[in-house]
Amino acid sequence: MIRNIALTATAALALSAGAALAAGGAAEITDYAFAHEGPFGKFDQNQLQRGLQVYTEVCAACHGLQYVPIRSLSDPGGPEMPEDQIRAYATQFSVTDAETGESRDGVPTDHFPMSGMEGAPDLSLMTKARAGFNGPYGTGISQFFKGIGGAEYTYSILTHYTEEEPACAPDGVDGFYYNSAFPNGGVPDSCKDENGVSTVPGSWIAMPNPLSDDLVTYADGTPATVSNMSADVTSFLVWAAEPKMMARKEAGFKAVIFLIVLSTLLYLTNKKLWANVKGKKIA
Amino acid sequence: MAGIPHDHYEPKTGGEKWLHKRLPIVGLMYDTLMLPTPKNLNWMWIWGIVLTFCLALQIVTGIVLVMHYTPHVDHAFASVEHIMRNVNGGHMLRYLHQNGASLFFIAVYLHIFRGLYYGSYKAPREVTWIIGMLIYLAMMATAFMGYVLPWGQMSFWGATVITGLFGAIPGIGEPIQTWLLGGPAVDNATLNRFFSLHYLLPFVIAALVAVHIWAFHTTGNNNPTGVEVRRGSKEEAERDTLPFWPYFVMKDLFALAVILAVFFAIVGFMPNYLGHPDNYLEANPLSTPAHIVPEWYFLPFYAILRAFTGDVWVVIAAEWVTFGIVDAKFFGVLAMFGAIAVMALAPWLDTSSVRSGRYRPMFKWWFALLVVDFMVLMWVGAMPAEEPYATISLIASAYWFAYFLIILPLLGVIEKPLPQPATIEEDFNAHYATPSASAAMQPAE
Repeated sequence: MIRNIALTATAALALSAGAALAAGGAAEITDYAFAHEGPFGKFDQNQLQRGLQVYTEVCAACHGLQYVPIRSLSDPGGPEMPEDQIRAYATQFSVTDAETGESRDGVPTDHFPMSGMEGAPDLSLMTKARAGFNGPYGTGISQFFKGIGGAEYTYSILTHYTEEEPACAPDGVDGFYYNSAFPNGGVPDSCKDENGVSTVPGSWIAMPNPLSDDLVTYADGTPATVSNMSADVTSFLVWAAEPKMMARKEAGFKAVIFLIVLSTLLYLTNKKLWANVKGKKIA
Repeated sequence: MAGIPHDHYEPKTGGEKWLHKRLPIVGLMYDTLMLPTPKNLNWMWIWGIVLTFCLALQIVTGIVLVMHYTPHVDHAFASVEHIMRNVNGGHMLRYLHQNGASLFFIAVYLHIFRGLYYGSYKAPREVTWIIGMLIYLAMMATAFMGYVLPWGQMSFWGATVITGLFGAIPGIGEPIQTWLLGGPAVDNATLNRFFSLHYLLPFVIAALVAVHIWAFHTTGNNNPTGVEVRRGSKEEAERDTLPFWPYFVMKDLFALAVILAVFFAIVGFMPNYLGHPDNYLEANPLSTPAHIVPEWYFLPFYAILRAFTGDVWVVIAAEWVTFGIVDAKFFGVLAMFGAIAVMALAPWLDTSSVRSGRYRPMFKWWFALLVVDFMVLMWVGAMPAEEPYATISLIASAYWFAYFLIILPLLGVIEKPLPQPATIEEDFNAHYATPSASAAMQPAE
């Protein structure tokens, strides 16, 4: 289920035909319903594995995951891949051994490589380092209900490339690509009004559109649409940024239940204790 | 003042007598726990326990985090990720510590505003109030330096902006800034000294907390009526008070459990809600974030810092009078520290003879406005420095100073207070039926 909601710095504007137009250059962020959202949300293991495939076959060409140990792919609450598969997976990376200084095949205890291309940010923490909803500078109300929206931001960047350049810049911008979800890039002067405010949502980004339909072949038969691949790799990156999410939510849930029970017992104890002193409230 | 009369510890067995003669520690614990406490305390008197819990939580989680953290610019960010990924329970420890700071400040603000409303700062509790303000300052320093340690973008740029404040001091500012940073800019030396002080200051706070508790155990607690406990005899005092244990310990623990349920929900389900996403990017001295925003608990004072720009007439006047020594930047710094200083001076600025806001009909409204003002300052502190936020923050900052410097002194003179109850017992009995009668009594309309 995909709901397209355009969030601007000031307000969410009206919806039309599934996609909304944001006013004045603010980015369009799609509110995608990920499986991991909410207090009871869990990662979809199959989706994480598909996401790993997209990351490995597409993103890894330029981007790294330097903080993620390869072995953690088999940890509970993650893609949970069998250890022999991970050992095989790790060998595709070439690593400089810290002790011998020589190059060797990767092993599960190594981390994923760093970004191989200058300007391509590391993706380990990307879904926590970006805010999709309302930014941190607004009232924060939407963040309260939806989280900061780092996953939605990542998903939107991958799906908000357009077939054609906006009408205000028909020839495009050399070396950059129009993306209606990207807030931080440049905008050509022809797409600005007299006050210098952008007239198009989003801006121009240095990364070309990395995905196209059927770019990868999923072993489980899931159709490799741009939307599916984007959602899968985003889920994988959410896990990469927050590998202990499931354990954390479980701990939070247990703690809250325990504290509610404890509060109830303490309430009753306190009431009984004060019963000798304090009668009914009369004023 | 010798404190409220009450029973003291009597050693009974031979062993107890032996120890008591040499170190009266059991007696000290007994007197602390059995402190006669006004029996009419309301739910705003629970924040002290919450704050004590926060301090313990931060120290315990912090000590374990230090075992896995590396204070070096090349490794700090990665070591935090190591804690989040590889250390057993590390992600919970880190999120508890990170959000524990926010709980600490929520509690301290409610604690301070409780004191401001019920006049807890007034004689004879000025020393308790001043020590409380010192604790608050130490908390801010600790939180600020702690936020630098993960070495994210906001860590780095927050440190750059805040230490830059000291650079605004005329003449000696730049040497002071260099001395604080351990070099010309925020770098490894800065990270190391902030780490050292971040570990030290909580223990200073713990010592100040002990003195804070000692001070108000000497004067006795304030209470919602602001009327003092009768001290003529033990029997008289007992009609106004109940021992801290078990009555208030149980009440406070109940409140703490409820607050912790909310706290753990935040830690478990939205641990980064109060954080800033940019701090998940490693510090980069070459890339300045678009907006540098402090943590939420600094926002009201950050708003005051930014409110006094060069085009405000007081700033222009100050610059003219001091021959340019006090420029707009330094004025902002003075205003920010001054905002806390005027709060610390409240015991001497408030001229009213009535302690509790409950019996001050005009004060109530000005106080409510101060609470709103604090919220507004917090909100504009997070906004970019442009209109209309600049004007709003100037008005809100002006009210903050006006409340302490003009309204509090004037109200004491012009306000006609409502009659206060003669004793705490009288107030308590006016609000609650006596327990034996309550069963037979009809419920009040």
